[in-house]
Order: sequence, then C-alpha cells, then structure tokens
Amino acid sequence: MKIVIIGNGMVGYKFCEKLLTKADQNEFEIIIFGEEIHPAYDRIHLSEFFSGKTAEDLSMAPKDWYQSNGITLHLGDPVSNIDREKKIVYSYKGITETYDYLILATGSSAFVPPIPGSDKKGVFIYRTIEDLEMMTSFAKNAKKGAIIGGGLLGLEAAKAMIDLGITDTHVIEFSPRLMPRQIDSAGSEILKSKLETLGLKILTNTNTSAILGNNAITGMLFADNSSIEVDMLVISAGIKPRDEIAKKSGLEVGPRGGIVVNDYMQTTDPNIFAIGECALHKGMIYGLVAPGYEMADVVVNVLIANDKTFSGYDMSTKLKLIGVDVASFGDPFASNSDCHTIVFEDKSKGIYKRINVSKDGKHLLGGVLVGEAASYNMLLQTCKNKMVLPPNPEDIILGSRGDGKQGSADSVSALPDDAVICSCESVTKSQICNAVSEGGCESVNAIKKWTKAGTGCGGCIPMVKDLMLHTMKTNGKYVKNVLCEHFNYSRQELYDLIKLKSLKSYDEVLDALGEGDGCELCKPPIVSILASLWNEMILTKGNDTAQDSNDRYLANIQKGGTYSVVPRIPGGEITPEKLIVIGQVAQKYNLYTKITGGQRIDMFGAHVSDLPEIWKELIDAGFESGHAYGKSLRTVKSCVGSTWCRFGLHDSVSFAIRIEERYKGLRSPHKLKGGVSGCIRECAEAKSKDFGIIATEKGWNLFICGNGGSKPQHALLLASDIDSETCIKYLDRYLMFYIKTADPLTRTATWLNKMDGGIDYVRNVVVNDSLGIAHELESEMQLLIDNYKCEWKEVVDSPDLRKRFSHFVNAPEEKDPTIRFEPLRDQKKATEWK
Amino acid sequence: MNCNITESITWFHACKINDVPENGGVCVKYKESQIALFYFKRRDEWFATQNLCPHRRQMALSRGMIGSLNGEPKVACPFHKKTFSLVDGRCMNEEDDCSIKTYLVKVENDDVYIGFAGADNDEEEIFA
Repeated sequence: MKIVIIGNGMVGYKFCEKLLTKADQNEFEIIIFGEEIHPAYDRIHLSEFFSGKTAEDLSMAPKDWYQSNGITLHLGDPVSNIDREKKIVYSYKGITETYDYLILATGSSAFVPPIPGSDKKGVFIYRTIEDLEMMTSFAKNAKKGAIIGGGLLGLEAAKAMIDLGITDTHVIEFSPRLMPRQIDSAGSEILKSKLETLGLKILTNTNTSAILGNNAITGMLFADNSSIEVDMLVISAGIKPRDEIAKKSGLEVGPRGGIVVNDYMQTTDPNIFAIGECALHKGMIYGLVAPGYEMADVVVNVLIANDKTFSGYDMSTKLKLIGVDVASFGDPFASNSDCHTIVFEDKSKGIYKRINVSKDGKHLLGGVLVGEAASYNMLLQTCKNKMVLPPNPEDIILGSRGDGKQGSADSVSALPDDAVICSCESVTKSQICNAVSEGGCESVNAIKKWTKAGTGCGGCIPMVKDLMLHTMKTNGKYVKNVLCEHFNYSRQELYDLIKLKSLKSYDEVLDALGEGDGCELCKPPIVSILASLWNEMILTKGNDTAQDSNDRYLANIQKGGTYSVVPRIPGGEITPEKLIVIGQVAQKYNLYTKITGGQRIDMFGAHVSDLPEIWKELIDAGFESGHAYGKSLRTVKSCVGSTWCRFGLHDSVSFAIRIEERYKGLRSPHKLKGGVSGCIRECAEAKSKDFGIIATEKGWNLFICGNGGSKPQHALLLASDIDSETCIKYLDRYLMFYIKTADPLTRTATWLNKMDGGIDYVRNVVVNDSLGIAHELESEMQLLIDNYKCEWKEVVDSPDLRKRFSHFVNAPEEKDPTIRFEPLRDQKKATEWK
Repeated sequence: MNCNITESITWFHACKINDVPENGGVCVKYKESQIALFYFKRRDEWFATQNLCPHRRQMALSRGMIGSLNGEPKVACPFHKKTFSLVDGRCMNEEDDCSIKTYLVKVENDDVYIGFAGADNDEEEIFA
C-alpha cells in the first residue's frame, strides 16, 4: 500500500511514527512532501529558538530517521497538483507519485487581518523557523515592538520580542480580553497585570486600522484614531488552514477555510484524509497539537482496518506564557445558570483560579487558572473522569493555598485506570503503571521512552512521576532515597559509612563513597553529617564551599545579597547591657532590627565584608553565634516561669538556658527548636517545637516531634513527670537518634510520621533502650557537646577565614555597589527584587 | 604584543590562584561589572560567568555551590537553587529559559585571567 503525505509538520510526522509502530512496515510505502526545508520540528517550543536552540534541537527526528524507516522525504518541495482520478500527485519541482491513500497534513498559515500597510518592511508573521530568522536579523535595529494578537500565539510572539531584546513592546488585542478562547475576563486582568510588570504594554479592545510608514513601518493607527510608534510588528492573530491544494482538487472546504472531514478524517474523497490544523471536523478547526495527534491516530487505525473515530477533542491546555502559568480546562466559561462558579483571586500575588461545579455539587465542569497552575493535572483528571468532588469543592483549588503543591501520590491512586494522563500522546494511567510494573521503568525518562508520555508539551511529567513512585511502592519496591547522581546511598547509610571510615571532609567523602564533582544536592547533607559526627569548625578542610551560602558565610542571605545577623540569646533572657550593645552595633552598621519568633533579635542588611567586624563587637560583648543560618539548634523558647510568674511551677527560664547551652551548635538534618513552659498554661508554645518541656507538679513532661510552619503538628508525649537529669538524658538520646536516622531536610515531625511504629517505637528506643544503643547515643552526644566552639569567634580570630568575607576578590575593600535599600518606618528594607 | 589568536580577546587579570577557594567561587570586579570565577580542584578546571543570577536579578552566583550534572559543570544560585551550566550558561532546571553569560579563563603561573571577546585596550593587563 502506497501512502503519500503532504506536509511534514508535527502532525504529519506523528502520523508516520504511529503508522510505523502499529502496522507492519513491509505493507506500506511512505512518501512525504514538505514545503519547508527543515524536517518536521517542534513548533510549540519555537520560541526556544531565541534562547539558543537550533533547528536540529527542535526537530522531531533527524533526516536519517526517515531514511532508516524506509520513508522517502522530499523537503522544500510542495505538491502543486492532485489528480484524484488517476491517484497521482505532482510536486512543484516536477516529481510525480502515485498513491493508494493520500494524507493532507498541510497545517495552517498565519491569519493576517486585512489591515492596509501589512506588506511594509518590519512587519512579520510568527510561524516558521524562517520567520524567526528574519525577525532575529531585523530586531537588531528595532527598538519599539508591537504584536497584533493577544491570544496564545500572540503572547508567544511577545515572548520572542522580549528575547530579541525589544522590551518596549505593545500587545494589541481586538477582543476585550487576552486569550479570549481560554480564559475569562477576570483571569485576563490578572494575566495582564502580570505581563505589565514585565514591561509589556497591553491594549485590549483595540482595532488596528492602518500600519503607518512609507517603505518600512513607523507606527500603527487604531480605530479610535490614537496611534503608537512602532518599528517592528509581528502579526499573530490566529491561524488560517492551508486548504489551497484541497480546494484546487475539488475537495469540499468550509466557508471560512478548512478541509471538511468525517469522523474517520476522510475528506469528500474516501482515499484522501486530512489531519491536523488543516482539517475541519464538525465545523471545528483544532489549533492544538494533541487533537492533531489524535487525528493521526484515527487515520492509522482506519488504514489498518481498526475501528476508530474522531469525536472531537478536549481543548484543555496549560502553558507557561512569559513565565506566567495559564491553564484552562473542560468548559472554562460555563455560565451561572448551568453551574456554581467558585473563584479565588489574589491580586497581589497575581493568582486567579476559577472552577465551574455542576449544580448538584458533584462534578467539575471546567475552569481557569492564572498565575499558579500546579493543580492543573489533577483538576483536569477530576473533570475528564467525572470524579466525585469533595463535600467542599473549593478545597480542590484552595487546599494548596499558596504552597503550589501538586496533588500527592495518594490522589493519583484515586484516578481510574483509563484516565488519560498525557493528552498529547493519549497515554493512560494503566499504560504508565504497566511501564513501571512490567516494563521495569524506574525513572521518568524510562517511562517517556517506553510510553511516549510527557514527550509532547511535558505538562503531565509531575503526574507521571507521582504515578511511577506510587506504582513502585504498591509493588513493594524499595524506593531508595539516594541523595543525587553522585552518591548511591541514603543519608543514613552515608552517616554510618562516614563514621566507619572516619572521613572528615566533603572531598574525602566524595573520593571514598561517591563519584563526579558533587552538587548542591549532596554537598549540604554531607557536610551536615560531618558536623553531626565530629563537630569540627565547619569552614575548614575545604568544607566551606560545600555548604549552602548561609553556612559558608555564617549568616542568612537576604533579598539583595546582604546578610542578617542573629546572636544567641539563650532562653530569650538578656541583660540591659547586652541589649544596648545590639542597639549600638545595629546603629553603627545601619542594620534593620526585628525581634524573631524565637525570642531573639535579628539584624538585617549587613554587607558580607562587615560581618567579621560586626561579630567582633558582639563577641567582645559576650555574645556567641546563634546558628540561625544552620540546620542546627536554633532557640529554646521559654516563658518567664516560677521566678516571677504567680502560676509557675518550676524555673522554666533556667532550664531553657541550660538546654540551649547544651545543644548550641548541634548540626542536624534540619533545624531544631525547643521550648520550656513553667506550667500547663504553656506560654512558651513548647508543643509546637521539636522538643517541648512542660512543668508538672512532680517534674517535667517531655514532648517531642512537634512542628509549627506549613504543616503544624503538636508534639507527642515521650515521658511524664521526669526530673531534669532524666529529661536531658532522654533528649540526648532522642536528638542523636534523629540525627543518625533522618533523611536530609526532614524535620522531627516528618521523621516521626514516616517512622514505622511511630511514637511508641521512639519511646521504646529512647526510654526503654530497646535497641541497646542508649549509651552509645549519649556518648556520641557528649562528644559533640565537648567539641563545641563558637564558629564566629574562630572566624574573627583567624585572618585566613576572615579573608573569605569580601564581595570582590580583587577589590576586598569595596562593597557590592548594586545593593539598594529603601526607607521603611524609620528603618530600612531591601529593595524588592524583580 | 603577540597576536596569534584569531578572535581578539582581552585578558583581564582577576586574581591569584590562591585567592579562589578550592571547589568554590569568588566575585571579580571588572570595570563596572561583576564576574563569578569558579575553580574545580578535582578536574583542575576554571570557569567564569556573569555574577548576576537572571532569575531574581541577584548578584550571587559566585557564592553558589558548584558541582556537576551528568558530568557537566554547573553552579547553583544560593537564592533559589536555579542551576546553570558553566559550559554554555543555560539554565539546567526544567521549564526555565533564562541563561547566563560565560567567559574564558586562563591560568599562567599563579595568575588567573578572564577573557573578554573584542579588543579593549584600556585594561591593565592584555595578553594575546
């Protein structure tokens, strides 16, 4: 069977690929005629051409792919005539080919509205690599840009203008809102204000009446007689199906263009099919790639005598336009008479979410997301699979308020097996799970290769990953939590190995246990392990550069690149003399001061080169590092306790100070906070801390693994009515056990939640010594306590270490000149970043 | 001056080898701009890029951690851990399309030089 394809775009290519996988290669001969000189390339990611990608990078497959699959590819040679009687095509360059079946995949061209002057120099369309090349060379001399069209393609073109360096660009849209096919007016307003912060000027409701200039464009005139200056214009106002060859051959085309096809994608000639943007199905042109691929799949199935029809296509889409997430799914515009609409809008953050819920509140009909679209995949699946909504449907957009978390792996398990996860390649949940269970795929890349899921727009990749992890877990596979590509060990394994081999620096660890150069994922946890094991000065032995910036400069980096300084104030108790010193230092170095949540004082806005001098003054006054920059003990908060309080049972301040002094400088997988309250009223909020101690009539109750933060969790009771010595003994064991066994960046609360047996198991280890390691834990802790030194004192006393605290290596006395502050309530703040 | 290099490159004396921490970076002042200079002890390779992280426009890359991804050297910005290739400057995080400039580096004896394309004769040290 001989198949001729006219058009070598994404859909034409996909047709070949699908035919090759589904049919017996020997039964087909494929001949392609393409108008462009490049083999099919990824038009969706065309704008990446400006960030340095080449035509080869964007190509769907290299030229030799066609050859090795027995496909004849004629590029730069469009078909000029079709003889339907004899079933022969004639190409522009004079090639003739007979066919059994002819596939029209001619795509579309840019729709250019009839505006006088659109043939002037400096006016471009945005469609092919050639268009982009012409734009690139012209843009060098252009300053003021404009785009006609505020839809999806128009905003892509606006991104291209920014990439070309023409930041002074107007986007002109005829309709009252941006992206009129995808989002509603409120969503458009948010998108507009986001784009305006990037410097784009947006004109909606604006009709261009003429393009001004003699030979080249100089400006644009609008219907309201206003005008703007422009020296480069891109028209991206929509698409026009390429149906010329079909029309010429007598096939039926729609009144406004498009080759008419039936549900089998057959044109009015049963031997000729049309797919992609040139096809008109039930009055619809589909300008997205996913339905085009689906059409290609339909034709492949028809040719191999499978029964498959095209029954319209969901136009849901998610994209990142100039850095702003925009998504629309299902019926985004369903009116109030058919549904309840729930809207969430945060103008300051530029987030807009709308969902349309059926009248009975059970199903999701559609919606719009602007500014934050992490929940898109889950919402789309909920909508498509008619999954029943939770009792309060708003939870599905408000549940993740602000933290941008995707539905967890638990939520993917609720999806039906035939849920389409990747709509570009129509890959279902069960296909992905099969790739993991039967295909042995254990990485997203392996799944991509096996199923093609995620190879189109890539929007489904987070969900593919969740499904993969979920499937591996259900299969009882041990999902090993390795740090990164440089170490094939979990943190706990590394901790044991480093201890066993007595390794003291990151480089030694990498030499002995890893490979390559390391990276920002493995360096901090390993130096944290080293500190937790040996408690040596963290900036020596080359370990300084293996730390996060905060640890490396022993201060917290803040907006603008300055640092904040937090001296330790154990238990929150401080003398008037020390308060005065903090005030004097802050005044001298012009620092913004604020009381922290941990009962101490933070000084912001310090230049890196001032840090050693600031600390010298603090240390001279008796202060020590507060380790606010480290994954280490922060504060032990206290209420005033029995020394003053009429309700207090014990002296909570003294005990808090004792504990803070004991564990100060202790490096751990994540930060540690403690609290001591003098009575049941719990004024120190100790139950929200990693360890909380609350006075009772008979002694102390010790609670562990509490957390404030994003997932608040009350600490659980470990032991009750214990004396101070026992309390410290249990704390030693508990903290050391946590340090030895937790994953990197895991707070004690999460550590406990993941622990088999939970608090009962930890109590067995810590209180009942079920593992027989209690003594070991205590002596390991004692070693760390004995080795404590104030690391800021060591820096202040060491000229070598001090040398690292400068901004310019070749001008150490100069400060970063780009640092800017703004006044704020008699103090200052960092200038807002972009 | 001996001009046997096809493209004219201005070599700017940045610092001494010992000024740069092993497996780390420093910031070099070059005229009004800031260049991040990195030294990979393990591979004995030097790289230079702009110091500005394009993500939030912060002068911070020289304080970032360096490392590699599939063998390709990279730096991670301390602010939000955006990572950039030290070979071609592209952002290595998915879905990100910002990139940074990279510069040539050469080491002669104990001195480190950063190379800038294009003739520029008013610099203190020019080698070719």
